[in-house]
Amino acid sequence: MEVVDALAKACEVRPGEAGDAVQGATPAYVAAPAAVAEAAALMGTAAEHGLTVVPRGAGTKMHWGAPPDRCDLLVDTRRLGRIVEHAAGDLVVKTEAGLALDDLRGVLAGAGQQLALDLLPPGGTVGGVLATGVAGPRRLLYGSARDLLIGITVVRADGVVAHAGGKVVKNVAGYDLGKLFTGSYGTLGLIVEAAFRLHPLPRAAAYVSATAAGPGQALQMAQALLHSTLVPAAIEVDGPGPITVAALFEGVPDGVAPRAEAARSLIGGRIGDAPPGWWGRLPDGEVLAEVRALPTALPDLFAELPDGRARIRGSAGRGVWHVALPADGAGDALTRLRRHGTAVALAAPAGVRLDRWGPIPALPLMRRVKDQFDPGHRLAPGRFAGGI
Amino acid sequence: MARLDGLAGRLREIVGAESVITDPAELRTYDCDGLTYHRATPGIVVLPDTAEQIAAIVRACAADGVPYVARGSGTGLSGGALPRTDGVLIVTSRMRRVLAVDAANQRAIVEPGVINLDVTRAARPYGYYFAPDPSSQQVCSIGGNVAENSGGAHCLKYGFTVNHVLACEVVTPDGEIVELAEGPGYDLLGAFVGSEGTLGITTKVTVRLTRLPETVQTLLAGFDTIERAGEAVSAIIAAGVVPAAIEMMDALSIEAAEAAVRCGYPPGAGAVLIVELDGPASEVDAQFARVKELCGEAFEIRVAADDTERGLIWRGRKSAFAAVGRISPDYIVQDGVIPRTTLPEVLARIDALAREHGVRVANVFHAGDGNLHPLVLFDGAEPGAGERAEEVSGRIIDLCIEHGGSITGEHGVGIDKAKYMPRMFTDEDLDTMQMVRCAFDPAGLCNPGKVYPTPRLCGEVPGRRTGVHPLVESGKADLF
Ligand SMILES: Cc1cc2nc3c(=O)[nH]c(=O)nc-3n(C[C@H](O)[C@H](O)[C@H](O)COP(=O)(O)OP(=O)(O)OC[C@H]3O[C@@H](n4cnc5c(N)ncnc54)[C@H](O)[C@@H]3O)c2cc1C
Ligand SMILES: Cc1cc2nc3c(=O)[nH]c(=O)nc-3n(C[C@H](O)[C@H](O)[C@H](O)COP(=O)(O)OP(=O)(O)OC[C@H]3O[C@@H](n4cnc5c(N)ncnc54)[C@H](O)[C@@H]3O)c2cc1C
Repeated sequence: MEVVDALAKACEVRPGEAGDAVQGATPAYVAAPAAVAEAAALMGTAAEHGLTVVPRGAGTKMHWGAPPDRCDLLVDTRRLGRIVEHAAGDLVVKTEAGLALDDLRGVLAGAGQQLALDLLPPGGTVGGVLATGVAGPRRLLYGSARDLLIGITVVRADGVVAHAGGKVVKNVAGYDLGKLFTGSYGTLGLIVEAAFRLHPLPRAAAYVSATAAGPGQALQMAQALLHSTLVPAAIEVDGPGPITVAALFEGVPDGVAPRAEAARSLIGGRIGDAPPGWWGRLPDGEVLAEVRALPTALPDLFAELPDGRARIRGSAGRGVWHVALPADGAGDALTRLRRHGTAVALAAPAGVRLDRWGPIPALPLMRRVKDQFDPGHRLAPGRFAGGI
Repeated sequence: MARLDGLAGRLREIVGAESVITDPAELRTYDCDGLTYHRATPGIVVLPDTAEQIAAIVRACAADGVPYVARGSGTGLSGGALPRTDGVLIVTSRMRRVLAVDAANQRAIVEPGVINLDVTRAARPYGYYFAPDPSSQQVCSIGGNVAENSGGAHCLKYGFTVNHVLACEVVTPDGEIVELAEGPGYDLLGAFVGSEGTLGITTKVTVRLTRLPETVQTLLAGFDTIERAGEAVSAIIAAGVVPAAIEMMDALSIEAAEAAVRCGYPPGAGAVLIVELDGPASEVDAQFARVKELCGEAFEIRVAADDTERGLIWRGRKSAFAAVGRISPDYIVQDGVIPRTTLPEVLARIDALAREHGVRVANVFHAGDGNLHPLVLFDGAEPGAGERAEEVSGRIIDLCIEHGGSITGEHGVGIDKAKYMPRMFTDEDLDTMQMVRCAFDPAGLCNPGKVYPTPRLCGEVPGRRTGVHPLVESGKADLF
């Protein structure tokens, strides 16, 4: 039987087109399973035929990570778009992986609830957000996707369906595979369902933002907010030229107003209902890196940037920033940033040569995890740290 | 056991003779953790001081194919630190240094044997504390907290240990020292925390510190019935309030707590709720007024005026496990989770189960997140009572699974609940989880027999098994 016929037995499938290319690798087939069982059958067939597989959600972040070595089959998850269960009284939601976060947000808001991930650009799917492990400003208070995920269903490289966690917030039975799959860029398996803990939507919010005279003052301002008892949901910094420090306060109206006032007395600036224009957006640049360092390293990071054409933006409270760099000299800049922590190039134009990942202390263990989950190295091969 | 004799000699070279225990009487003091009905006397106990020593110990065990188990303070309630008679118990009680408190970056670096509460003690002068607060926090170790992903009364708002660990230095089953942290690559840290000592031994932990809140407000509400108390919990959650803690106790557990610590809870209550809010004063004041309204069905509400009164309110709750010893010679502490909204139904079913089997069940729970701690009371001297209690305790776990919950919310699977894992997970689920085990510990020497009822074969394992297995030697098993 032709491969395409075998795949078609599992679910909807079509030939790949130029527009489906994943960083230059055009898939032979694009399949779109509409149920977990279809996804399992599809992955099983791919295994039988030795096909390399790359998952795709909304496709907004396919340029993140290294280009795959090969891509025979692209799995489009968007037909896996159901909300499986929204247990509002339990503050829990379980969805399929291809659901757009925007659609989820609308449903949850109807119940006065939210999944506390800031994902601003439209389209991104639950699976894509998990697989890239991104998080926005409110990671300071709520943590990132790994902290909100309470259960996961995956289809393994061999087509076997496996679950971990569950649909209760508190649960320590078995290994937490959800965390392992978060940020795994499709290299360990296909995420098909996820369950999250939810939070009530705050009744009021206020932003306080102020301009800093330089990196040193920006750090002082961030520290003043961090060590206050005002409990900001986010403390963000954006710069250089000028450097802005901004904080978000969420809560009840009678609570938020005095907290925002107190924050302004700490850092100056102004109070507003709306965030600064850059809030929660990735900085624009040819190379986009995620940098993690101690919060107090902020001035050092600024000092390592190439003059003029780079930008740092991110959580001054948690010490996780996105840095946009010009392609020219990006490799050197990453090396310098790595003196203070870790720096991963999330996205880089084709042809720019750089060490995307930097040193990874536990790489041998990671390779062994990959070998267990995907012994044939067929899932998004080459896309991840250390050539995984 | 000649094999262990040789190993003991090598361990003495690594840590010094005074840190290796082989005397049978001394060994017996380590034969169980907080779950005392599983017992096994360890072959050797070793008390290392450093990560390098632990790495050398693990390599020595691996070379001889000898299993080993880590132990912190031994307060675990699932038999996770149950030793192996044919193996080595590696105890971290000498590794108790707080290495750094970095308040500017909201973190502390500690050795694994450090007692949970000592992290808070070290951080408090800077206005910080370590948020995970298991009731055992005066004795349990950070290494144990990491292994169990421990929670506490305040994890409803603040999350569990895993949300407060930034990095772990780990001795892998290969005997190498690696740092697991958030950063490039797979989130191995997330997989390690909560792995119950089966993926390696943590030798240094970087924890997140949390700012002490401006204000804490605590109330105790007495209700006629447990249903009314449950409705108040639902109303509070539905109102969008996230309390720091909501704890519930039923009449029997109140009776026990009164007998033990005279906590002076409202007389005649069918259930009490403890609700605590913390945070900025302006937020807490507004929310606390709302919570009092939502507890309108209570026949009595007491608000703690200060820390002393707050301590009194918590005293009854915190003593609850031990307190049932006052009203029953023996008891089983169960730990299960249900979706919070199924609480009334599940409690009614537990009640029916208890009646049917003629045992008493006292209920204490973290009501905000549906984590039940039913205490099944029995008298071991009465023939058959232990078995009946065990039966009820197991049936409660079935109820949790049936309602979409979990077999454990915080005490872990350990040796005790491995048998329940197949009721919650499919064979494929368990197989997939153990792929992680195979990646870390293909030889299966690191705390074997815990968490999973059936070990997964890991493919070609380095052929390290030497000597005869003790079960074979003693005629209890055959090697095929
Ligand atoms: C603060 C912040 C600001 C952001 N700003 C922007 C912005 O301005 N513009 C923008 O475009 N994005 C932005 N993002 C990121 C973006 O929202 C998410 O990364 C996006 O939602 C990914 O979803 P997707 O469905 O498009 O993923 P895709 O692009 O389809 O996939 C991303 C990766 O995940 C893998 N993958 C996808 N689905 C699965 C699955 N089910 N199982 C396994 N692997 C899978 C893919 O193989 C790929 O490697 C921002 C994120 C943050 C945190
Ligand atoms: C009265 C009482 C109340 C309790 N209340 C709570 C509660 O509210 N919440 C809660 O979550 N738990 C509670 N517990 C359970 C217990 O205290 C926790 O599980 C605690 O984290 C265990 O710590 P420990 O140091 O005693 O670990 P141990 O019992 O010594 O070991 C527990 C597990 O951790 C492993 N381990 C220990 N150290 C390491 C290390 N360095 N590296 C790798 N693995 C290691 C062991 O192998 C074992 O599997 C309670 C126990 C008691 C007795």
